[in-house]
Amino acid sequence: MIVFDKPKSLTDAELHYCPGCTHGIIHRLVAEAIDNLGIEGKAIGVAPVGCAVMAYNYFACDMVEAAHGRAPAVATGIKRSLPDNIVFTYQGDGDLASIGMAETVHAATRNENITVIFVNNAIYGMTGGQMAPTSLPGQITQTSPYGRDVKTAGYPVKIAELLSALDGPEFIARVAVNNVKNVNTAKRTIQKAFENQINNKGFSLVEVISSCPTNWGMTPSDALKWIDDNMIPYYPLGVFKDKSAKEETK
Amino acid sequence: MSKVLMKGNEAIAESAIRSGCRHYFGYPITPQTELAAYMAKRMPKINGTFLQAESEIAAINMVYGVAGTGKRVMTSSSSPGISLKQEGISYIAGSDLPCLIVNVQRGGPGLGGIQPSQSDYFQATKGGGHGDYHLIVLAPSSVQEMADLTALGFDLADKYLMPAMLLADGTIGQMMEPVELGEEKAVSTEKKPWAVTGTEMKRKHNIVNSLYLAPDELEKKNFERYEKYKTVEENEARYESFMMEDAEYCVVAFGIAARVSKNAVVAARKEGIKVGLIRPITLWPFPKKAIAEAAGKVKGMLSVELSTGQMIEDIKLAANCAVPVELCCRVGGMIMSPDEVLNSIKKLVGGAGK
Repeated sequence: MIVFDKPKSLTDAELHYCPGCTHGIIHRLVAEAIDNLGIEGKAIGVAPVGCAVMAYNYFACDMVEAAHGRAPAVATGIKRSLPDNIVFTYQGDGDLASIGMAETVHAATRNENITVIFVNNAIYGMTGGQMAPTSLPGQITQTSPYGRDVKTAGYPVKIAELLSALDGPEFIARVAVNNVKNVNTAKRTIQKAFENQINNKGFSLVEVISSCPTNWGMTPSDALKWIDDNMIPYYPLGVFKDKSAKEETK
Repeated sequence: MSKVLMKGNEAIAESAIRSGCRHYFGYPITPQTELAAYMAKRMPKINGTFLQAESEIAAINMVYGVAGTGKRVMTSSSSPGISLKQEGISYIAGSDLPCLIVNVQRGGPGLGGIQPSQSDYFQATKGGGHGDYHLIVLAPSSVQEMADLTALGFDLADKYLMPAMLLADGTIGQMMEPVELGEEKAVSTEKKPWAVTGTEMKRKHNIVNSLYLAPDELEKKNFERYEKYKTVEENEARYESFMMEDAEYCVVAFGIAARVSKNAVVAARKEGIKVGLIRPITLWPFPKKAIAEAAGKVKGMLSVELSTGQMIEDIKLAANCAVPVELCCRVGGMIMSPDEVLNSIKKLVGGAGK
């Protein structure tokens, strides 16, 4: 009896991610949601520019590789063309919260019926560890070697809080994948973000607090602890907006 | 078919709809606004998409998304907005997808002005964004051609799997002329084998992509595209030849500059100067053979354009130093008069005769 298997929605391609990186977990959670909902044949994913740039090789559904930050616009085009398909983006913090901020905010405010998986690891991983829009105050990176100075580099962008202030989006939540309990919550939340699309509810974004042991300069286990000690206090977990739940409780 | 009186920008929109395009993404900019307004009115009535994007960048990336699904799609803008679209255009070209991009040109550089210009010739014909690629570039010189070349642009883009650009200008966009519109085509439901439409669990996943990290693979992709471009250059160069049979001098002009030049050619003929006009209809592929043949027969050529001299470089390359090539230009939103072109023709005759 097989008790643990690879989700059907992942290909057999070997992941290129660094040891200890949590992208692998998040890929799996997205693939499990697609499997559970039986939408692999209808799903179309949009890959970002950043560490997950080659996600198109890993997800078994149809995939498009977008320009840096433009995934929500590309997904908008796909969804408008094929409203019965299930369209998702998978984006990092530089992609979504820096260069793609306009595309993110406007897809959200249009309540575009897409699912957005936003991986926040507080750093640019692919290019070698530069300061991200979500890097914490004081965080040392290649381009903030003395620590992020909020006087000159400004404050981190809290995407979940920012987007939940808009009237448009259906569902905004923040989860983490640094322990089993958090992974289980992340799994349920990601699946809900896809269910919302199936039910034509609209824009659903899940911010996933993730680790980058390589560029944080930590062991994988220290990196997971750093999420508890530093990331989650700054980026509290939870559901920030759930329009339908609000309506149900009225 | 009876003719209707339409603005150039509206003729593009109606022709696109009749060509089976049901997806339009844009961002407001003068002087192409009538096109978006027309789409905003019509698309919701015919089960189509009109979306006013947050920026030109978003609009072209929405185009990329639809193009990836294999459906006809377009965007329109004017010069500064087209600059913003270049990133997306490069991705679309690099992913070998068809679409139509309309540039109703205005004066530049920078914010420039809002009056007509042809100063985006280099940007349109030499690629525009980063990387080794071309667009099919069509240059209408009447409202009728705004409609006809829109239809042709969609067909050529689909045939060669590459973006096509309608390179118009503010004059033709804004002016009204009688136009005969083509028959309404049914929206194609053909599923493209390369498109992302969902695997339906029946095939391996399709990937729309321009990333090739292995340099040998990327080189191969570029060479394949280059071979395709050679086929396009051989088969799709289009031009109009006017009074060239016995011409001793040749004017080369496209778009609104060609309209002005035609008047000047007729006026010069009345004064006994044997001059003709070659009007490129495709700017890429450039009608090199027609120019080269003309260069072999005439004593001099004159490029008439609304830029400080961009197309003249292609004319000189095609003419291969066989004859002198002179320039008659106005820029910044100004348009030359037929008399100015006539004077330039006379100067050419005087200079080339020496």
